[in-house]
Amino acid sequence: MFRFIAGRLLQMIPVLLIIATLTFFMIRLAPGGPFDAEKSVSPEIRKSLEKYYRMVNPDGSPRSLWLQLGDYLGNLAKGDLGPSSKYSSRTVNELIGESFPVSAELALWSLLIALGFGLPAGITASLRPNTASDYIPSSLAMAGISVPNFVIGPLLVLVFALKLEWVRVSGWDDWIDRILPSITLGVLYAAYIARLTRGGMLEILSQDFIRTARAKGASQLRVVMKHALRGGLVPVVSYLGPAVAGLVTGSFVVESIFQVPGLGRYFVNAAFNRDYTMVLGAVLFYAALIVLFNLLVDLVLVWMDPKQKFA
Amino acid sequence: MAGDALLQVEDLRTYFHTRGGVVRAVDGVSFDIRKGETLGIVGESGSGKSVACYSLLRLIPQPPGRFESGRAMFDGTDLLHCSDEELRKIRGNRLSMIFQDPMTSLNPYMRIGEQLIEPLLLHRDVSRDDAWQQGVAALRDVGIQDGEKRMRSYPHEFSGGMRQRVMIAMALITRPELLIADEPTTALDVTVQAQILELIRKMQCELGSAVIFITHDIGIVSSFCDRVLVMYAGRIIETAPTAQLFYEPKHPYNQALQRAIPALNAKGRDLYTIPGAPPDVSKPMRGCPFAPRCEYAQEKCVTSKIELWDVAPNHRSACLRVKLGEIDLTPAERPDTSAVEDPVRA
Ligand SMILES: Nc1ncnc2c1ncn2[C@@H]1O[C@H](COP(=O)(O)OP(=O)(O)OP(=O)(O)O)[C@@H](O)[C@H]1O
Ligand SMILES: [Mg+2]
Repeated sequence: MFRFIAGRLLQMIPVLLIIATLTFFMIRLAPGGPFDAEKSVSPEIRKSLEKYYRMVNPDGSPRSLWLQLGDYLGNLAKGDLGPSSKYSSRTVNELIGESFPVSAELALWSLLIALGFGLPAGITASLRPNTASDYIPSSLAMAGISVPNFVIGPLLVLVFALKLEWVRVSGWDDWIDRILPSITLGVLYAAYIARLTRGGMLEILSQDFIRTARAKGASQLRVVMKHALRGGLVPVVSYLGPAVAGLVTGSFVVESIFQVPGLGRYFVNAAFNRDYTMVLGAVLFYAALIVLFNLLVDLVLVWMDPKQKFA
Repeated sequence: MAGDALLQVEDLRTYFHTRGGVVRAVDGVSFDIRKGETLGIVGESGSGKSVACYSLLRLIPQPPGRFESGRAMFDGTDLLHCSDEELRKIRGNRLSMIFQDPMTSLNPYMRIGEQLIEPLLLHRDVSRDDAWQQGVAALRDVGIQDGEKRMRSYPHEFSGGMRQRVMIAMALITRPELLIADEPTTALDVTVQAQILELIRKMQCELGSAVIFITHDIGIVSSFCDRVLVMYAGRIIETAPTAQLFYEPKHPYNQALQRAIPALNAKGRDLYTIPGAPPDVSKPMRGCPFAPRCEYAQEKCVTSKIELWDVAPNHRSACLRVKLGEIDLTPAERPDTSAVEDPVRA
């Protein structure tokens, strides 16, 4: 198992290198630069900024992109994502370190909501397929998948913040501020998890060994919890890799709707401002996170299936 | 007979309502079994043997399955209509089942030991350690040595024969009053098979358990069963004490089966095969289901109502012409069934 994990971590290095290189050239190919929006920037300041970021040589001549990429990768090897091109006094490491915990918290609550509603709904639906206790959760799940979160978010605000005034329209101070953004972000994933759980459980519950368990006198609850769940949850666990990636990276819409100071918002702003280092840093951070999480999911999957061994 | 019956099944009908029509898998089956008795059920593949037995514990998926009629009285409880709670207390405790397919009937996600001792944990007031020890002993009884280690294995680490032995150990571990065994020894070699049968026999002697044995193996039927039911197209068409069933068939289908068994036939003679194929049980049938293949069939076999009639002491047959005394099926030569060892697919 140790070798399996080490191997996967080593694989991460070329993946991140390729992503860094591609992103680097893509963002540089985009028109405009980090200092274009600020009209107040005088040519002199601009020159010195470009020197500070080593976009030009000390003598003012343009520096080749390859050399700049080399600089970047050199720093990256030390874990340094460089200074933000937009906020010259801050490093990208600082910005991510500040904003990511907020996004992570939002993602965690959303994931808990998604699992908390999706699993029971899916299990309930699977126990009596094609009856009311299947149709109701299944159609709710269909609705959750079909309605985008930029519709759900404002709708929730309209009802619970503006009409009922139970919560605030936006912000991220109290625990109560967590509710609407987490629900908005979690709905889609709850719906997918419900569908995957239903499918996985239906598949397992029709197996011969479930009949064996019933023949031994196991109760419905025991059949579900002890005999069916482990196999029935395999599709859900496999989905958790992409789901967490989506929750973490896809949160920028929700963060914008609810004014949550998370990494998603920084990332989108950075893209608009051509904050080269911030965009690169965020992309690499997301990529590493997704790779690590998929590794975790694979470990859990192997642990769940006795037939699988670490290869 | 009805007085000391342990299980009394009356007019059991299990239909599957599928898209392709209504499959009458079990269509009016009645029988009973006494304490200590061993009842064999034989019949072609698809004749409804498994469905009939799984129905007794309500292990048929519903839908598509449905019990259209019937009662199954087990010591005063109607298994088909009692509450789930009552049924659960009987399942795996007083009435155990060994399933046909050992490859898929064990849970691949659970350790063998966990599965093996589950009936004890569910129905007996034992500690986990106690149950575990009993599990090790049960494995030894079915010929699996090294039980301590084997208990911690997963099913995929076992061969087909070993899994089947685990299934058997699991069914016997609560020492049930009635054991239903659906082809329990098909994946076992002859010596292990003998060992398992001996084990079941021993439990019967000690506890007076009854056993329902579904099998294709005529050798097992003749040496192990007291009485035999012959099923055809979801119905019982003949039932008699074992020897009588073989020596004095009272139904043309049974007679044809005897002729189709290689070991019962003199060497050199062509093996007899029954012409035609079993009827499609998703189509409604009139009269005798065997009539289209029967060499004795007449118009009245199709038009009359067919029942299971008493045709001799302890011997019931669903053949109208036998009942009317029009035909005599007793074979000229008496085959020696005790020598038969080959598993025979009817
Ligand atoms: N879930 C189901 N849905 C539809 N039809 C079914 C279902 N289960 C069984 N049947 C049908 O019921 C009939 C009886 O099947 P059963 O398994 O009892 O046969 P069997 O006598 O046990 O045969 P074998 O010797 O091959 O085990 C078959 O025609 C089968 O197709
Ligand atoms: Mg069968």
